[in-house]
Amino acid sequence: MDKTEAQGSKSGLAGAMEWVDARFPATETFEYHMSKYYAPKNFNFWYYFGFLAMFVLVNQLVTGVWLTMNYVPSGDGAFASVEYIMRDVEYGWLMRYLHSTGASFFFVVVYLHMYRALRYGSYRGPRELLWLIGMVIFIALMAEGFFGYLLPWGNMSYWGAQVIVSLFGSIPYIGPDLMEWIRGDFLMSETTLNRFFALHVVALPLVLCVLIFVHLVALHHVGSNNPDGIEIKKNKDENGVPRDGIPFHPYYTVHDIHAMVVFLFIFCAVVFFAPEMGGYFLEKPNFEMADPLKTPEHIAPVWYYTPFYAMLRAATFPLFGLSAKFLGFVVMIGAIVIPMALPWLDRSPVKSIRYKGSISRIMLSVFVVSFFILGYLGTQAPSKAGTIAAQICTAIYFAYFVLMPWYTRVENTKPEPERVTG
Amino acid sequence: MKKLLLTLLLALPVAGFSAGGTNWPMEDFEGDLHNLPSLQNGFALYTNYCMGCHGLQFQRYQRTADDLGIPHDLALKNLIFTGQKIGGLMTTAMPREESKAWFGAAPPDLTMVTRVREPHWVYNYLKTFYVDESRPLGVNNKVFANVGMPNALLELQGVQREVCTDGQCDELVVEAGTGALSPEEFDAAIYDLTNFLYYVSEPARLERQRTGVFVLLFLIILGSFTYLLNREYWKDIDVKH
Repeated sequence: MDKTEAQGSKSGLAGAMEWVDARFPATETFEYHMSKYYAPKNFNFWYYFGFLAMFVLVNQLVTGVWLTMNYVPSGDGAFASVEYIMRDVEYGWLMRYLHSTGASFFFVVVYLHMYRALRYGSYRGPRELLWLIGMVIFIALMAEGFFGYLLPWGNMSYWGAQVIVSLFGSIPYIGPDLMEWIRGDFLMSETTLNRFFALHVVALPLVLCVLIFVHLVALHHVGSNNPDGIEIKKNKDENGVPRDGIPFHPYYTVHDIHAMVVFLFIFCAVVFFAPEMGGYFLEKPNFEMADPLKTPEHIAPVWYYTPFYAMLRAATFPLFGLSAKFLGFVVMIGAIVIPMALPWLDRSPVKSIRYKGSISRIMLSVFVVSFFILGYLGTQAPSKAGTIAAQICTAIYFAYFVLMPWYTRVENTKPEPERVTG
Repeated sequence: MKKLLLTLLLALPVAGFSAGGTNWPMEDFEGDLHNLPSLQNGFALYTNYCMGCHGLQFQRYQRTADDLGIPHDLALKNLIFTGQKIGGLMTTAMPREESKAWFGAAPPDLTMVTRVREPHWVYNYLKTFYVDESRPLGVNNKVFANVGMPNALLELQGVQREVCTDGQCDELVVEAGTGALSPEEFDAAIYDLTNFLYYVSEPARLERQRTGVFVLLFLIILGSFTYLLNREYWKDIDVKH
């Protein structure tokens, strides 16, 4: 009997599902990605953040749609329309705070998600492409945040964007023209605002969604890593199911749903009780409208860019005929893209930090500490001591990557277990 | 020129253009949005003494009257001097271009002044005008040095002068009998005015906090269910095989 003919013989939902499955691989897709996708059973705390990143993405998309309904992308209208949303639109303040807080939390969960990969060697083969796609998502996310930050048209929006765009002006030969091309004008203006708006609400969300889809396809093809860094697919039972794997649904769906509620509690505590987060999520000068003639006393990007901003400022001297500013720009770009090389830099026989040697542990720790210090320094006005600290931390940041082929090979590692250890 | 500008940009954090740092010992300010009489008085003070120059262009009279418990007809009669409708934005009648010529810079809109600065900054600023003949307007300010604004509340506060001892000028004294209010009354008035500006900077603040309590309580209840659900599913899984 043909599958399509069977619909009459079964009743209700099962029949309807069969009808759909004959035309669209609904059950097959659900099984492949959820109920028969076997994830290692020893996921720990660090494995929540991929799901949470997707959850925040949905928050940003939904609240973004509602904000766009009342936002006016013009030099005269942008700032006023944000206040209109805050005051006159029903629950507009909620949409705005969910979106602005969501931006910061997006980076919180993405940084933790990336740290997880460093900790357990999730970038190692066969997950090199998964890691590279993830890195492209990270860069797209930084761009998305940057374009979005101009939209409220506050004074920090304006000057922060001005500083970052001016970095492109430091590129030899093409810099000044490039800068003008990016802005579409001789200075930051409504033209810039309009194109940033288009990029923020249409172009980059599309790019992000496609990339995240591809990220998941790649993940489900190679299978998830785990805290032990061993491949569960190497040990399967007679049915071809990994012995240390459990179906993603229902086990990790109930896991992630609970994580989502815990996350929401923290998130909502900020949204409802500290949306400015002491000036770190919403910067004070941004409550003043953009003014090309009035520079804020201290221009600092939002916190999630400050580690890279500190590295940019750490380059204080010209070298090889290149200006300090351009070198800083190169250092910053380098710091953002260098993690892409990780799959080929890590030469350790083991993946997880659990079985790596003490040098790897120390390097990861000082790397994290220096990243935090850089993040702090990036929020502060430059000082002599701060610059030296930033230079040391920048050196540590790069040393973590550049020295990795060496230290992962010379250190003594512990033997990996056969099965996951919980 | 471009280079100079960029250098300036990067060096700015140390330069500091407007009033930021001050050595004046700031008094604390704790806003109270539940205190409607204070907010109403602040609203009245604002429309009488500030609004001639400083607009609140993002805020509407209606929203303000409703939030502060003021009937519309009373607001229209006593608080709206511009002939606007109740749903209008609280803009200033002062023409921007001309005010620029009069003061050197147009008086800023104050809708979000307590978010750009801090509420306690505004509170201290309004209290620390003093006579300084060397300034074009004859007054200076302890919190905002060389400010370009006259002391709009002079008739309420009276003439305030700085008192210097050993070259340290860190005391301000009001000449008795020169103001309509006693020092205590004036402090209370400034509190109300600042409190009102604190309200205007984010009129949804109380609603936000109220909603937040319910949201968090709901999440605690939901979280206990998701916790139990998760535990129920995972009780059969032995992670250490």
